[in-house]
Parts: sequence; structure tokens; C-alpha cells
Amino acid sequence: MDYKYYFCMRFYTRFFQEYMKKSYQSLEDNSTNNMIQVIYRHLASKIPYLGLVILLTFSTSLNAQEGDPAKGKTLFNTNCASCHNLDRKMTGPALRNVEARLEDEQGLGRDWLDKWIRNSAGLVKSGDAYANQIYDEYNGTAMTAFPQLSDQDISDILAYTAEPAKEKVIKDEVGSNGGGSTEAGISSKLILGALAILFALLAVSLVLVRKTLRRFADEKGIDAVVEKDKSLPLWKAFVQNQFLVLVTVIFFLLISAYFAYGYMSQVGVDQGYQPVQPIHFSHKIHAGENGIDCKYCHSSARVSKHSGIPSLNICMNCHKSIYQVADETQQAGIDEFNVDYNAEIQKLYKSVGWDEAEQNYTGVTEPVKWIRIHNLPDFAYFNHSQHVEVAGVQCQTCHGPVEEMEVMYQHAPLTMGWCINCHRETDVNVQGNEYYTKIHEELSKKYGVEKLTAAQMGGLECGKCHY
Amino acid sequence: MKSVFKIVVVFMVFASVVSCQKNTRPNYQFMPNMYEPISYEAYQEADVMVDGEHILSNNMEALLPAEGSIARGGHMPFEIENTNDGYLLAKTALKSPLDSIQYDRLRAGQLYDIYCGICHGKKGDGQGNLVKREKILGVPSYDDAGRAITPGSIYHTIYYGKNAMGSYANQLNEEERWQVVDYVMELKSDLEK
Repeated sequence: MDYKYYFCMRFYTRFFQEYMKKSYQSLEDNSTNNMIQVIYRHLASKIPYLGLVILLTFSTSLNAQEGDPAKGKTLFNTNCASCHNLDRKMTGPALRNVEARLEDEQGLGRDWLDKWIRNSAGLVKSGDAYANQIYDEYNGTAMTAFPQLSDQDISDILAYTAEPAKEKVIKDEVGSNGGGSTEAGISSKLILGALAILFALLAVSLVLVRKTLRRFADEKGIDAVVEKDKSLPLWKAFVQNQFLVLVTVIFFLLISAYFAYGYMSQVGVDQGYQPVQPIHFSHKIHAGENGIDCKYCHSSARVSKHSGIPSLNICMNCHKSIYQVADETQQAGIDEFNVDYNAEIQKLYKSVGWDEAEQNYTGVTEPVKWIRIHNLPDFAYFNHSQHVEVAGVQCQTCHGPVEEMEVMYQHAPLTMGWCINCHRETDVNVQGNEYYTKIHEELSKKYGVEKLTAAQMGGLECGKCHY
Repeated sequence: MKSVFKIVVVFMVFASVVSCQKNTRPNYQFMPNMYEPISYEAYQEADVMVDGEHILSNNMEALLPAEGSIARGGHMPFEIENTNDGYLLAKTALKSPLDSIQYDRLRAGQLYDIYCGICHGKKGDGQGNLVKREKILGVPSYDDAGRAITPGSIYHTIYYGKNAMGSYANQLNEEERWQVVDYVMELKSDLEK
């Protein structure tokens, strides 16, 4: 067997060498003998071959990729997007053209990518140089393994990453829209101005007409001015009638007392207070459009006296990934509220010390000086957890339609009368509270009611809130 | 002419009274020293001077607890590290301290819906509201084979966060975290059906 094989090899090499020599010689002869030779003479006849070659190249490249970018996008969004962005470093590196870049820069092909995607930890452990380099570069964050992705899936994803970056086309459209709205503003102003001028002209013409009429009357000798009544003037008659004076004085005193009472009552009441906050935080977008629960950010409302101003790490739970708002939202912010939402997110990053390019915290922080809106006087005690957790009161009962507020304001007056009113009217939910069943029954019997209100359970006692 | 002058005066007085109403500043108070507390209020700005030095960083009244301090109520510190190895250790070794009686499904579900459901979806399939609105992408389903989550790994992830997910240790206390862990395991087994 061995001998045969050897012979075969010998023969083959021999043949090959012979052939090479021959062809080389002929080439040499050609070049020396006919210096000017038109090599591409028969090119036209070669076109079909060329076409075949091109077809083959493309078909092979299609075979290698064969990815569907649309499917790839869905797969990318469900599997990769939590850590990767196409053009931006996140938890992991940016992935635009990752396959081509790996090939160019590291000489690593698709098989390496497959291994990495399916089991990156294994590749790192196997001592692969580039795998370890990436692993160290991203502070030892292991990429989740995706053994469930098929070859086709990976091809789809890679096809999606290989798509060229889209230019932002929407911007212009939005810009022209914005121009339209300002134009509308200008035209309405024009109409108003024209109306004002019209009224001014009317007034002037009336005065002029009156003047001319009077002149006519003077010329005709008619005494236009009616003679003045020689009897007592009205105010003198009024002063002389003492009863009328008394009644009027009482009337005015009552009216001023009414207004004074109204004014005094609203001193110290901050209903409608709407300060300008250091960061334009839109409850409308967060709680309204995105439907984030109040207690997600104000988590201490469940467990403590304070509802709590969320610390910035809670903002970063989402804004680590959400570094800018959608284009429409951004435009709406500029048009409606004159606010650049993206700049507001940058304010957050600055305060919390987040380096967007490096995707890590710099450690340089500064406080966001939020302005407190709802403030009870020091002599009144209020506990959030008691109302939110125990009583199960909705946040909106006291704070109003927060999910519709672009800028937060105080909805309720937060006066004692307002507290008491709610305690009197609200039925307490005593279901499933076995520990107090007996006392609830006794109280119901005492007041002769089916359902107890907070007031009947002692919610009006002074010491409950003032101590 | 006189009457015009009077009208203007009345109008100006009215305007000046009305313009006093300004919503961007707080109203007057009767007796501010009964309204404003002497003690520090939560989150207030406080300039505390000791021996001529400002002792609070950024003048913030809110401070981190001293290192090594343990909250009341038996919340022992979590000793597994925030590293990949720590995660793998928690995944295999850490078990839920709650038994089936202590697990309060209703409360755990409420907590889950508030803190996790917004991204992970109410069913744990990674289709929360923020994902559906394409604000946050790539939230995995709990039955993801590559992650193969266990109670220990869930707890570690809630405590420290992982990748794009932040830590929820300050929104949920220890017991609540374990409640949520059990609820997540329940969702996982539902998804795997």
C-alpha cells in the first residue's frame, strides 16, 4: 500500500514540475519574442466565462452570508441589544461590521465568531489570545452564551450588523414642520395686529366725526351742550342721606372682610406651586407614556415616612441604556416646552458622573438640587407608608394626575381641612385583616355603620398628627 | 379725561395684585418658624461646620451608611462578590431562605410588576412596556437557555445588577428580594411549560 501511494505521489509531482517548466518557458518565449502583444485580443469571447466567474464569486459569498438583515434585526434586538449597540460602546463593544472588522484587524473568521457567540467563557478559558484580550478590555464581563442560536441565526445577525449606518432623514422633515408651526404663529400675530390697527382707526374716525358734527352745530348756531342741572349733585345727596351711607359702609366692610378672609386662608397654602427644577423631568413621559409605576422610583413611599426623591442610580437603571430620547419626543419637547430632552439626560450623566464614551462612572459627582414641592409644616406628621401600603390609597388621590404633568405641581391644598375631609369620607378597607377583626366589629356596632371611615377609627384625634 | 385716568389706575392696581400670583415660588407663611423644622429634614441641603470644616460632601444631608454597618431587622451583609466568579458561585451555591409558607405570592407579584415587569414583562418573557416601546432592547426571557437562571443567580443579579441592568438593592430589601426571586422562578417554570 505504502509503496503504491509513494509511487503515485512521485508521478504526480514529476508531472506537475514538467508542466510548470513548460508553461514558464512558453511564457518567457512569448514575452521575449513579441514584445508588443495584445493579450486581451480574445476578450469578447471570454465574457461568458468571466460572467460565470463573477456569478460563482457572488453565489459563494451569498452562501457564506445568506443572512436576512430584517430577521437579524429582530434577533439582535432580543438577544444582543441589552449589551451591544451598532455604533456605540455599551456593556460590550459596538458591533457595526463586526465580521469584516474582525477579519481585517485580527484575521479571525466566522468560525471564531461562532465559538465566541455560542460559548464565550469556554473560548476565554481555552486560552484564545483575542478572546482573553476582549475579556480583559471589558473588565472581565463574560458575554452570555447563546447556544440556542443556529448558524442561520448568526448569519442573519451578522447581515444586520453589516448594514451601512442610516443617515438621519427625519431631522429635515421635522425641521420643516417646525418652520410651519412658527409660520402659523407669525400669521396669527399678523391677524391680531391688523385687527388692533382696524380698531384704532375706528376710534380715531369716531372722534373725528364727533368733532365735525359739533362744528356744524356751532356754525348753525344750535347750542349743542345741554344746560347743566342746577339741582344738588348726586354725591352730595348721597352724603346727606345718613342711612344710605351706613348701609353702604356695612356693605363695603362685609365685602372686604370676605376678601380678607379669602386672602388669609390661602397664606401658607401652596396649591399650584410649580417650581422650575434643575433637571426638566417629565412625569408625563415616564409615568404616563412609558407607564412606569410611581413606586419604581419613589420606592420608599412603600416603607417609610418619606416618598423619597429617587437617588440617581435609579435614573441610571434605565438611562444607562437610554442615552437619548426618540426623535419625535425630542422635537415635541422643543416645540411644546422649549426643552432639549437630550441635554437634560446629559445633565443627569454629569451629576451622576457617568462617562458615556467609556461606559463607566468617573466618581466625580454633584448633587441635583431638586426643589421640594409638597411640604407639610413641621407641626403636622404625615407618613407615606401608612397611606400607600396600609390604606392602599392611590398616589393620584393626593398628588393629582401626575402622569399627565409635564412639569410637576402641587395638586392638593394640603391643608388640615383637606386631610380631615378625606378621613371623614373614605371607607377603610378592613378585609383580610384578622388581627383587628374584633375591634372593627365593635366600632361598627358603636357607630351603627357597615363600613368604617378613618375618622371613626380615630383619624380625627389631634394627637394622631400633631405631637 | 379724568375718568380714563381713574380706569387706568384701577387697572394698574388690579394688575399688580394679580401679578403677585406666581406659581414658581412658594406662598407666604404665617409663622415660618413653626413651619420650618429645626432638625434636619430628609434630603435637605445642610452646611455642617465642625472645627471650621464642611463635613458633609456636597452639603448633602443624605449620607451613605458607614462601611460595615448592618441595618436593623437582621439584614446580614451579602458576602458574595460582585464579580463574574461571584455570580457563578451564587448561581450554584446560593439558595432561597424562604419556605413555601413564607413565600407571599400576591405581594411578590406586586413587587415584581413594579420593579421588574416594566422591562421583563409581566410574564417574564422579556416583553415589558419599555421593551415594547423600543426604549430598552435585548431583555432576555427567563427561560433563556444560555443564562439558565437559578434562585442564586437571580438574587445576585437583583443585588448587584448585571450588564445593562442596574442594582435593585436599594429599592427592595432582603426579604422582598427573595420574594421576587421565588416569583421569577415561578414565571420561569410557567414559560418552560
